Amino acid sequence: MTTVKTIHTIPKGRTPMAEQDPQARGKNFEEVALGYTLPDALREADRCLECKKPRCIAGCPVGIDIPGFIRAIGQQDLRKAYEILRQDNPLPAVCGRVCPQEAQCEIRCIVGIKAEPVCIGRLERFAADYAMEHFEAEVPAITPTGKKAAIIGSGPAGVACAADLARAGVDVTVFEALHMAGGVLKYGIPEFRLPKLIVDRELELLKQMGVKIELNTVIGKLFTIPQLMQTKDFDVVFIGTGAGFPKFQGSPGENLNGVFSANEFLTRVNLMRGFRHPAYDTPVGMGRRVAVIGAGNTAMDCARCALRMGAEAVTVVYRRTQKESPARAEELHHAMQEGIEFQWLTNPVKILGDAEGWVIGMECVRMVLGDPDASGRRAPVEQPGTNFVIPVDTVVYALGTRANPVIARSTPGLKTNQWGYIEVDEQTGMTSIPGVFAGGDIVTGSATVILALGAGRRAARGMLRYMGLLPPQTPVEAAAAKA
Amino acid sequence: MSKGYRIVKKEVYSPVTYMWEVEAPDVALAAQPGHFVMVRMSEEGERIPLTVADFDRQRGTVTVVIQAVGKSTREMMQLDQGDSILDFIGPLGEASHIQRRSKVILVGGGLGVAPVYPQLRAYKDLGSTTLSIIGFRTKNLVFWEEKFRAYSEELHIATDDGSSGHKGFVSQVLQILLEEHRDTEEVVAIGPLPMMKACCDVTRPCGVRTMVSLNSIMVDGTGMCGSCRVTVGGKLRFACVDGPDFDGHQVDFEELMLRQRRFQREERESLQRYDEDCRLRGRTP
Repeated sequence: MTTVKTIHTIPKGRTPMAEQDPQARGKNFEEVALGYTLPDALREADRCLECKKPRCIAGCPVGIDIPGFIRAIGQQDLRKAYEILRQDNPLPAVCGRVCPQEAQCEIRCIVGIKAEPVCIGRLERFAADYAMEHFEAEVPAITPTGKKAAIIGSGPAGVACAADLARAGVDVTVFEALHMAGGVLKYGIPEFRLPKLIVDRELELLKQMGVKIELNTVIGKLFTIPQLMQTKDFDVVFIGTGAGFPKFQGSPGENLNGVFSANEFLTRVNLMRGFRHPAYDTPVGMGRRVAVIGAGNTAMDCARCALRMGAEAVTVVYRRTQKESPARAEELHHAMQEGIEFQWLTNPVKILGDAEGWVIGMECVRMVLGDPDASGRRAPVEQPGTNFVIPVDTVVYALGTRANPVIARSTPGLKTNQWGYIEVDEQTGMTSIPGVFAGGDIVTGSATVILALGAGRRAARGMLRYMGLLPPQTPVEAAAAKA
Repeated sequence: MSKGYRIVKKEVYSPVTYMWEVEAPDVALAAQPGHFVMVRMSEEGERIPLTVADFDRQRGTVTVVIQAVGKSTREMMQLDQGDSILDFIGPLGEASHIQRRSKVILVGGGLGVAPVYPQLRAYKDLGSTTLSIIGFRTKNLVFWEEKFRAYSEELHIATDDGSSGHKGFVSQVLQILLEEHRDTEEVVAIGPLPMMKACCDVTRPCGVRTMVSLNSIMVDGTGMCGSCRVTVGGKLRFACVDGPDFDGHQVDFEELMLRQRRFQREERESLQRYDEDCRLRGRTP
């Protein structure tokens, strides 16, 4: 006889996850969150009420069968748990670590109404890590269709698109501009939050499915999209290049030595392994006192990297309050634990330099939140006469990114919006050029790994339909998808 | 994962200057004058931007000329013909906008002589009258004199010490040529920043369009990091995707010269470590 689980029979509190001590981890690049043990996972899985009408799934941008994989963990069938995850998500070990679950699946969890929601993300991570360690990868049976797809960019959007196409029997080649595959997962997200080994393992599975990854290939320069389609015989192309084009504010002093874009700082540290300089040749060039402008996940990554690189003081400067900060709750929490200082309601006015062109300080002004603006958020307003100087020698701009212009400039007929992002049909992901699709940050602007995965999968369906490998969407389906 | 790119030919022009012809057929097919490539020698290596000095589509090769100024470029100099480098990425940047000019003066200073060459050839092939000035510190550093002579109506050599050709700077020769050839429509100047700045100062009063090629500090070379940002005409531009060629009269050289010193300390330290390492291994650095 089984007892029926209710909100009253399960533990109210979430199962904590072990973490490195904040003092110790501020000095190393090892992963901060250590993951669940099997007993932890079983206890947490048991908190899932297995709702008849689960609300969590609708909160997941790729629609993972969340109660299904948690049930499998509970039954100690970890192979099945992993298979359920991989059906909808080619990067579960990555997403279990970097997804903003608290704003997606977990916020909708029924348990969360009266107690703490189920730790869906931690369970996802556990199932994926466990499978990678204990099971041989199972390559799904694939029937070749004779169709060829080119994927531009090996970040989350490209990987998701490639996985779905490969599974459907399409011959997929991924073109990566850098010398390493993984896109933002490699150059952007630091080792202590997402070990590169995890990314490589997930990419390895993609290769086992027959996906080819061509590194060092800048599409738009080495080959253009028209060339891919006309002379290289690709039936379809997917653009998943991300939005890695750094933004500055236009304030005086931004070209002083010691001012970095978040992309430059993180690329030097992560992609080029600058945190291991001089064993690796690329220097980072960071000073002792670092200011990071912005309060999103990227800003937290920069601040926490700076700390680990040996900065004496790291200050995050944001013009709104903690409440409006776009970073995941966990990242903010970790950054604060590690001793990063936060200056909320503070905006940089100019960066001060010495005669040799090096940063010596950052002049800021205090802000107040005024009336809500068009977006509904309360707009920060400068408080005149509150200017003050933070003595820093390094400033990192983490204010988001713009669209990289290389593809658009080399692809006649590709429609972009006023910010340079590529316009696509929302249902199919197809651009203004037939057969050319796009998704991820290059369409939406900077967003999350999981939204890019969702966009890559949506485009894959559009591409399969375009190639006649999936039946065309019926008007009913289209209407349902719209709703 | 990376297949590696073979150095099919290496020539040494001076104790610090060397040429590689690298097998990279796709890059050779797409390369145009003005483009650059990123090179990474090994897993631990930096990505180093090098301007394309020549390309041969038949042979499937791209030529770069390198100056051994830092740890990486000195280490690269140890490689021989037949060796491979890990990464060779390109072509990058915007190709030079070359059009037929009745008369054009091409100026190369030091290492900058190399990337001027494909532009010279392209101007000549379009039927332009081409005058060239190439400058070096001293006679034994001179390279590509014959390659330049083959495509130039006039070729002038300048050395700082007068050991070959004109004694002095290329900008001084440019001044003289501009006075003689008042019908000059365009000047291309590539070399060290002070040299390009000096050339722009010479051409500015006569209003002759002057294109320069900026090799500012880069990490990825594809528009991602913004390390190479320069102020051109008061606007923020990225040398990697908006350049490397820019209208020299619009470039803020003072700012760029300060920015080029960003990693001076780290470079010095790396070199010291490298020298020490070579000494311990009983190798000449």
